[in-house]
Amino acid sequence: MKVRYVFLILFITLAASLAAAAGVSAQDVPTFVTDDDVNRVAKDLYCPVCENTPLDVCPTQACAQWRGLIREKLEAGWTDQQVKDYFLAQYGDRVLAAPPVQGFNWVFYVIIPLALIASTAVLYRVLRHMARPAARPAASQNPAPSVDDAYLKRIEEELKKRE
Amino acid sequence: MENFEPQAAAKRRKLPLWVYVVSFTVLIGFLVLIGKQLMNTSSGPIAIGQKVPEITLTTFDGALISSEDLAGKVVVLNFWASWCKPCEQEAAELEQAWQMYKDSGQVVFLGVDWTDTEPEARAYLEKFNISYPNGPDLRTRLGDLFRITGVPETYFINPEGELAYVKKGPFLSLQEIQTVLDSMIQ
Repeated sequence: MKVRYVFLILFITLAASLAAAAGVSAQDVPTFVTDDDVNRVAKDLYCPVCENTPLDVCPTQACAQWRGLIREKLEAGWTDQQVKDYFLAQYGDRVLAAPPVQGFNWVFYVIIPLALIASTAVLYRVLRHMARPAARPAASQNPAPSVDDAYLKRIEEELKKRE
Repeated sequence: MENFEPQAAAKRRKLPLWVYVVSFTVLIGFLVLIGKQLMNTSSGPIAIGQKVPEITLTTFDGALISSEDLAGKVVVLNFWASWCKPCEQEAAELEQAWQMYKDSGQVVFLGVDWTDTEPEARAYLEKFNISYPNGPDLRTRLGDLFRITGVPETYFINPEGELAYVKKGPFLSLQEIQTVLDSMIQ
């Protein structure tokens, strides 16, 4: 019975050591990063020097260095988002395709949908208003007698008398 | 009977007063915000003779340099990057000028590394033996403040904290830097 326990303890210790060793070696070995991995992150970032040129297609030396930096960070095990956050912290909003939803920028994210909703509402009301007169001709064909009708009646009577 | 219909319709269409008030307040608020932002973005670069706003720079060595440390001195603020070939043309001249003026205690040179990567920036500083303080332009705040159009660009700030001279592009000689600095040092 005792021997059984000794074997069990030995087995657990060995398994734990192996697991720890595997963990350490996995941390030490840098992640293999391909050009596609670098470009996946780079396509969402923009060149600091050229206007409107994504980092993955920019031919400048600055962008080559930036792509090198992306590779370095990915090899160190950073996630895509961590790399993007790092670039944002280092170089500012200019590296992003769209301004982040923070600070004053939220105004633009609010104004556009609001303007869209408001213009849709206005358009709907205008169209409805335009459609209304077309539905009324039936009412206008049989106008209710008005005050002027008595005058018309009298004229007609006068005309008949002259005939 | 017919007279009631338009009245009822008008009654239905009419929105409460608070809806108008809130809508107009929100609209005016947005317009004010947009106007303020547009004024900031279109205010243009700092003009010669204009007071330079508060600046701070954290160097690659971790030291924090602020406007308070620069008060009463002529400041040479040079924007550069390791990927910038024209910057290399003036790197040696800037260091020579720094060596000439540093003992006077009247001039401070600051290098601002714009949209660069740190290992390459450090290699650049080592290559050209640059000894005056240098640091990255984090989030390009300084570059945006001076509305730089590229690198290299150098801004000379007088002891009163006003912008005195701007050089866009590389200095062609040490004498060019000396001429500007001598005219500013009393």
